[in-house]
Amino acid sequence: MNILVLVKQVPDISIIKIDPVTNTLIRSGVPSIINPDDLAGVEEALVLKERYGGKVTVITMGPLQAENMIYSLYARGVDEGYLLTDRKFAGSDTWATSNILSSMIKTLPYDLIIAGYQAIDGDTAQVGPQVAEFLNIPQVTHVSKIIEQKNYKLIVEKKYEEETHHLSVNMPCLITTVKSMNTPRLMKADLAMHIENKTVHIIGVDGIIVDQKEIGLQGSPTKVKKTYTKEVIKRSSPIEIEPKEAAMRILSLIK
Amino acid sequence: MSYSLYIDAVNDFTNRFVKPIAHQIDEEETFPADTVKQMGLHGLMGIPFSQTYGGMGSTTKAYVDAVRILSQSCATTGVILSAHTSLGTHPIDAFGTEEQKKKYLPKLCSGEYLGAFGLTEAGAGTDASMQTTKAVDHGDHYVLTGNKIFITNAGYADIYIIFAMTDASKGIKGISAFIVEKDFEGFTVGPKEKKLGIRGSSTCELILRDVKVPKENLLGDVGMGFKIAMQTLDGGRIGIAAQALGIAEGAFERALIYIKKRKQFNKRIADFQNTQFAIAEMKTKLEAGKLLLYQAASDKDQGVSYSMSAAMAKLYNSRIAVEVTDQCIQLLGGYGYIRDYEIERYYRDAKITEIYEGTSEVQKMVIAGKVINA
Repeated sequence: MNILVLVKQVPDISIIKIDPVTNTLIRSGVPSIINPDDLAGVEEALVLKERYGGKVTVITMGPLQAENMIYSLYARGVDEGYLLTDRKFAGSDTWATSNILSSMIKTLPYDLIIAGYQAIDGDTAQVGPQVAEFLNIPQVTHVSKIIEQKNYKLIVEKKYEEETHHLSVNMPCLITTVKSMNTPRLMKADLAMHIENKTVHIIGVDGIIVDQKEIGLQGSPTKVKKTYTKEVIKRSSPIEIEPKEAAMRILSLIK
Repeated sequence: MSYSLYIDAVNDFTNRFVKPIAHQIDEEETFPADTVKQMGLHGLMGIPFSQTYGGMGSTTKAYVDAVRILSQSCATTGVILSAHTSLGTHPIDAFGTEEQKKKYLPKLCSGEYLGAFGLTEAGAGTDASMQTTKAVDHGDHYVLTGNKIFITNAGYADIYIIFAMTDASKGIKGISAFIVEKDFEGFTVGPKEKKLGIRGSSTCELILRDVKVPKENLLGDVGMGFKIAMQTLDGGRIGIAAQALGIAEGAFERALIYIKKRKQFNKRIADFQNTQFAIAEMKTKLEAGKLLLYQAASDKDQGVSYSMSAAMAKLYNSRIAVEVTDQCIQLLGGYGYIRDYEIERYYRDAKITEIYEGTSEVQKMVIAGKVINA
């Protein structure tokens, strides 16, 4: 099974601190991590490879430093990685990004594409579905479990509040994965040590067939009209009261 | 790039598999068998050995960094890897025949097998020449009889490098080395010793009662055992120096967090000059220790004599491990003495590094011998 996983490098928001004076996020010095939903997708891809054989390829779009993320994925067992990087890609919204990613994907063989459900820095959850649309293949979003592959169909589980669906989807297809579905494996020390034997394919705008009017800031239908920093409001403060009184107070709040 | 990724991999491994259980395995004195299995799966059990035999094909520096990082969180896990690599696997890699290497190294490097080393006896500690374990030649096999004590990884190891007298009349030149498998008939392991520190590690007596060892399991030539033991211990000392430094670094990091938080007399403990001087002294010792450790590792990797640099690395790092952990407890005051704060474990774990794989006194004998007889 040829599996492509779309991954994104994001700032580790779990350790972002808030400037106590300006009440804004301190972004400098925040390390980059692999977007958690994407890492769950990589883990699923590696498990599928172990079960059915094949190859796991990751694709990312971003600055050159995202190369390091791909190397760390090689140390987890990923076979090949593509980094789409070009000044002309800068400013792309989710539509333009999906356009660029699909143009790359069209040059590669695949049976399954896995994308993380959403990125922790943008929270749009749009790129996975849009890539499926660009490629005109079926998609299942927010998959909670991959059950099996049978007769070139993928059987997946999707959880709703009160019911669970088992869906059978024709391959090639695209699914989006969520962080909670697995515990991603760690890097293997021996693979990490010999990472210099591997290379990351760096692809610029010349490496794909894409209408340059449909990428980057120019090609993005979404226009950001205004951005502003939300003030951090302290919503909770501890109060010490007797359990009985606490119970009454909670009751009155949720009534 | 690859080295920093490797260090990340070891740190990630330690944070997931080692740190969360370090306190518990000390309290319960349980051997972390699952962690050892995971070390194998993550490629940590054969770091300095050739890829031909399933190793990582890396350096002594990479190996000591792994032991050091593991020991920052758990000295028990650190010594398991050190004994396995330096004492259990290295002798086969350095002195084994091609057949022995093919038979044992891939299993040791993958972690399928755990390795151990049996030299010490009740009457043969620092004076290792007083071996009473005997190996009698029976044509196609040897028969080994005797007892070994204080054996790290005992009971969990799959192979043991055992030293025995093949010719008592020749003294140290009558000692030979053997690869003994745990399932060889007549080989048993005694009860676990109860120790001051590294309480999760297994330390037991080995009992050899007429153990039939095939001739092909003789390691090196007949009579070469003492040389094999001494050369192996030179390497082992670099591993213990790394363990000692890791213990000191781990305690230091914990103390650092505490002094920045704890307030007395309306000031952070870190704001008192007494604390600052202690931190400065400790940090300098840690860095000096690291340089000695890397020097010894580098000597071994360069193929130059490393007896003296290994002895100095162990002597110094084991001393500072005891000093730094002591000082760290002092900085934590009463909390430092409470087991849940975990600093006291580092203090108990540190002491053994001045004792095993040659006491500090032995290290001084080695260093002085090299200096005076140079």
